[in-house]
Amino acid sequence: MNYAIETNDLRKTFGDTHAVDGISLSVAKGSVFGLLGPNGAGKTTTVRLLATLLSPSGGSARVLGHDLATEGAAIRSKVSLTGQFASVDEDLTGYENLILVSRLLGHSWRDSKQRAGELLNAFDLAEAAGRQVRTYSGGMRRRLDIAASLIITPEILFLDEPTTGLDPRSRNQVWDMVRDIAAIGTTVLLTTQYLEEADQLADRLAVIDHGKLIAEGTSRELKASVGSGTLKIHLQDPSQRLSAEALLQLVGANPAQATTEGLSIQVPDPAEAMRILQALENAGIGVAEFSLGSPSLDEVFFALTGKSQESSEAI
Amino acid sequence: MNSPIQNQPINGILSQHTKPKPLNTFSAAMALGWRALLKIKHVPFQLFDVTVFPLMMTLMFTYLFGGALAGSPQEYIQYLLPGILVQTILFITVYTGVGLNTDISKGIYDRFRSMPIWPSAPVFGALLGDVLRYSIAAIMVLGLGFILGFRPQGGLLGVILAVVLVQIFASSLAWIWIIVGMLVKSPESVMTTSFLFLFPLTFASNVFVDPATMPGWLQAFVSVNPVTQLANASRGLMHGAPDISSIVWVLIATAIITAIFAPIALRMYHRER
Repeated sequence: MNYAIETNDLRKTFGDTHAVDGISLSVAKGSVFGLLGPNGAGKTTTVRLLATLLSPSGGSARVLGHDLATEGAAIRSKVSLTGQFASVDEDLTGYENLILVSRLLGHSWRDSKQRAGELLNAFDLAEAAGRQVRTYSGGMRRRLDIAASLIITPEILFLDEPTTGLDPRSRNQVWDMVRDIAAIGTTVLLTTQYLEEADQLADRLAVIDHGKLIAEGTSRELKASVGSGTLKIHLQDPSQRLSAEALLQLVGANPAQATTEGLSIQVPDPAEAMRILQALENAGIGVAEFSLGSPSLDEVFFALTGKSQESSEAI
Repeated sequence: MNSPIQNQPINGILSQHTKPKPLNTFSAAMALGWRALLKIKHVPFQLFDVTVFPLMMTLMFTYLFGGALAGSPQEYIQYLLPGILVQTILFITVYTGVGLNTDISKGIYDRFRSMPIWPSAPVFGALLGDVLRYSIAAIMVLGLGFILGFRPQGGLLGVILAVVLVQIFASSLAWIWIIVGMLVKSPESVMTTSFLFLFPLTFASNVFVDPATMPGWLQAFVSVNPVTQLANASRGLMHGAPDISSIVWVLIATAIITAIFAPIALRMYHRER
């Protein structure tokens, strides 16, 4: 497997705070990797370390094969970072911002103008190109910021909380951008507090809390590691609920919860769901409808950290 | 991927250009200087608010006190204007600190730092933009001076040399405001802190009046105040009687200030945050 990013026991301390406390992870080339965790979990510090804005206090990392500690310049020439706060100049227009970044990256003035125009078109900002960025909405700023990171197609794009503070429509636009960027082969490492976002975008994700990695895998694996899904059954005749519950107890299923139209049972795997449905069928209890849902990532986070996101954020 | 159908990348995302060589330091500073130029274009008020004050002072002092101080407003402006030029440009140096503070708090600093350019280029680009700002302010002050009857004996060359000398000194002073810009939280605090030093420095000098009538202790301060030396040098050059000792004094002061504060400022600029 060819990795774009490999970290080994990566650490960063600020005074007494262990912002990143021994993180080891591998990000495959060309994948979208999600770093998921509440505020203050160490996501931003991890990204800033990998983008060479901070130097690690301990551990090691290789980014695109370059050693983080000694080959910062080589890494900087191949990666782009879009930080948590739009890193564009508010006084300048969108067009001027992109030209400036393009020029600083080494394009000629002519190529810079052309590339700026191209990206403004691609990200639906052509109409606002001549306006000062301070007049832009949050979503427009974010798109401009990401566009600035794509002037030279980076091998890795770091996106630090790309949709924090955006309305749902802008959020969807950014999600589409991320998919487009992944489609051209760029490895994307994004941080997010939103479980839905990680689920939507990331091929693999890591859950971090208090600077430590607490789980890693595909979103499916993480859900599976938590174990259960929920089987919801609507009975044809709701009055049969009590006999259905008794039957389930008999076949050794988890205790069922009564719902308005039937039952809801936690099951460890789909086979168990089949077994329950079969038992009901055999006993002549008619099932009108059923659904088997995976646990939400919220439930995963709860299962992994023993607390809900909200209570963790409040700390 | 969740929605493979959408994964046809839109045109323009993938760069068609071959990857350019990283920009050399000079061109990077020039590009950042262009940015400073655009800021003046988009936010002219930034220049206006530091220039309008010296312009008002010029008018006020010339007509209010000119007669009493030098016999006539006409005569006083010959004395005052080279000094006002010094005051104006020194006040504008504060904007270097304000600008860098804004860059850091708004996040564009992170963008610059993550790019493969010489890490100090943004600082030198800002200084380059300032030179332009100083020049625009100098033209405004001199323009008003001519309207009010300022007639430099040293001719155009004398005036240009005076402006250049003031700019050289101003660029060294800007390093101090860069340090202030790194230390305080908001751009507004950079202004307040800097003006706290600049007001006494420019007023307790010979910019407005000959210090002969001041109390002894004040005269002592005025005579060692770099602003006094700079005003003397500026006056001498504009009126065709260059005061060599003042000019040398100013150049030495510039060298000392730069040697002390530039390394500190750059070190602070590169500090992790």
